[in-house]
Amino acid sequence: MKNILLVLQREYLVRVKKKSFIIMTFLAPLLFVGFYAAVIWIAVGSTDTKTVQVLDESGLFANQFKNTEELRFVSIQQTLDTAKAQFQRGDANALVFIPENVLDNPKGVRIYAAKNVSLDLKSDIEKTIERQIENIKLTEAGITRKVLEDARVNVSSETISLNEEGEKSSSSGAATAIGGICAFLIYISVFVYGTQVMRGVTEEKTSRIVEVIISSVKPYQLMMGKIIGVALVGLTQFVLWIVLTVLLTSAAGAIFGSKMGDDPEKMQAQMEQVQKGMPGAGMNPATTAMSGADNNPVTEVLEAVGSLNIPYIIACFLFYYLGGYLLYSALFGAVGAAVDNDADTQQFMMPITLPIVFSFVFAQMALRDPDGSLAFWTSIIPFTSPIVMMVRIPFGVPIWELALSMVLLVLGFMGTTWLAARIYRVGILMYGKKVTYKELAKWIFYKA
Amino acid sequence: MNILETHHIIKDYSGHRALDDVSISIPKGCIFGLLGPNGAGKTSLIRIINQITGPDGGTIIFDGQPLHENHIRRIGYLPEERGLYKKMKVGEQLLYLAQLKGLSKSEAMDKLKIWFTKFDIKTWWDKNVADLSKGMQQKVQFVSTVLHQPDLIILDEPFSGFDPINANLIRDEILELRQKGSTIIFSTHRMETVEELCDNIALIHRSKKVLDGPKEVIKEQFKTNTFFVEYSGELNGLTSQYTVQNARQLPTGFSRADISLPPGTSANHLIQELIAQVEIHSFGENIPTMSDIFMRAVNEVPES
Repeated sequence: MKNILLVLQREYLVRVKKKSFIIMTFLAPLLFVGFYAAVIWIAVGSTDTKTVQVLDESGLFANQFKNTEELRFVSIQQTLDTAKAQFQRGDANALVFIPENVLDNPKGVRIYAAKNVSLDLKSDIEKTIERQIENIKLTEAGITRKVLEDARVNVSSETISLNEEGEKSSSSGAATAIGGICAFLIYISVFVYGTQVMRGVTEEKTSRIVEVIISSVKPYQLMMGKIIGVALVGLTQFVLWIVLTVLLTSAAGAIFGSKMGDDPEKMQAQMEQVQKGMPGAGMNPATTAMSGADNNPVTEVLEAVGSLNIPYIIACFLFYYLGGYLLYSALFGAVGAAVDNDADTQQFMMPITLPIVFSFVFAQMALRDPDGSLAFWTSIIPFTSPIVMMVRIPFGVPIWELALSMVLLVLGFMGTTWLAARIYRVGILMYGKKVTYKELAKWIFYKA
Repeated sequence: MNILETHHIIKDYSGHRALDDVSISIPKGCIFGLLGPNGAGKTSLIRIINQITGPDGGTIIFDGQPLHENHIRRIGYLPEERGLYKKMKVGEQLLYLAQLKGLSKSEAMDKLKIWFTKFDIKTWWDKNVADLSKGMQQKVQFVSTVLHQPDLIILDEPFSGFDPINANLIRDEILELRQKGSTIIFSTHRMETVEELCDNIALIHRSKKVLDGPKEVIKEQFKTNTFFVEYSGELNGLTSQYTVQNARQLPTGFSRADISLPPGTSANHLIQELIAQVEIHSFGENIPTMSDIFMRAVNEVPES
């Protein structure tokens, strides 16, 4: 046990002290926050006003175009040809031409611009014209806009999940987001850290230190020390990322908040826009603080997230991260032991990476149907369960299914670790031999 | 008293017997040469002693007890294929390896200080192993092998990669370790090393032990009762029981010949005969070198 600890300690410290680890750990949150800041900056910053000339031959659109921060509409009264000629000399950004017969021929509307017009401007103008034509036609038919507005109902259903604890408001949207994020994180980290274990083993083998080490510790101890050490590196990185991201976003939020203080409404509108464009953004406490208004989609998501049992989900996440990682990293370690250098790993990687990739595909299906039979079976089988079960957990999973899945996962990684250890102890001392699957199978049954 | 005894060790790899009924005894405090051609099974035997692998048959007694996991700490092993963590600092690495051998951090630190002073390598502590030359890495590895003052030190080709100065340095350390009570097993092909350092040897060939015992006794066994004589004058007509071989003229003007005697006869009669014919400048018995013995022992075993 003491030996495992010593190995573990070395594996952990060597990796944590690496420049690449430190850079990744500090850069990733910076990039994340920087990305946020850039998006916000662009959204907030692009406020130079564009002038749009409106040549309205129909006379139906007087004062219908509302000036905004970005757009200023100027009505002109000329023939189209003079207007075009003047437009080319003037400094207006766009010229809108509405023909006299626009009611009968709505397609006759033209937008002239020196450069291409942004989609936003185009749809803005189109909507205004559409709405006005609609109004006119409705009035002609005897219906006012007021009547129409009353008739429109905004439906937003609330999902209520029923269980032993009674009614609990939940949001399938939030569950989907959290399940998806957790599954993705496990998927990525099994790959990243599994590969690190494999590299570590091959490094020891190619540098030939392994013979020195295993004259002091048992191969099994060396393997376990390495696997657990790398697992802790992963955990450290996760924790640091979460802490740093929260700290940085609050700091960035504070700076932006004070800058935009003079125009809070606009600020909030833009923040919402930013957040809508980004899945999972609602989870960020810092941005929450900035958009404190009621009844907007962001707060709805936040409330929904709050309704989920977050500590329970985190506990499950950690369990399945460790379980999935242990199950696969043992196999990665065995591959590292079986070959002489990184280049030879390819042929043995396939059977390991396939189930991981499939898990991720199954997980996406499970997102759509979390209680289907495919989701059920793949969340029970140890090779796919770490990723698929994480998708199902936010939707609520019966205790017996969760227990069965966890027990099988523990048995699963005990099994792969046993198998890997048997390949490992033979492989690390085997040099210059082209290893085949048949050979590997033989190693498993070698006596120690 | 033997520090290590192996009794009837058998080791099988798939379809190949690497060790076949190998029994050797290594007396405490000696330097023991484990000899044999490439692929004879030396490394297999060493790995079994180091408990890297287990034997398929036979027993091993370490210092009076059956070999046990705890004995690992009393053994130091320098494998033929040297290896250290390339991207780890020399000091950290040695501390780590020492702790794996059961030393506490402070014990290891104290001992390392002594060795770093002795080898004059204090400036290496914070260097990465990859930045050291091959010979420097060898020194570091030697330190890691003997740092925990093992009772049994197993050195596989310890001098390969060293220049003569450093080879001497290491040789002196080995002798000093023996002085302090350690037993040393050498696995080597270099017969001059065996000649110079070893007290006892065992020769393994084709998975079997073909020879073992104290070096001098073995040499005695391999003597052919042949004598050399350097002389001036004309040597002709010795009694028929003597066979003269390799009579030749030396650059010094003397002649030299090897003369073999029938088993059991003394050299005194030969000397008497020689004195009558020539002037003797030098006379002595031809003692077989370890190299001769190695060649003969290996060639005597029929190919199976």
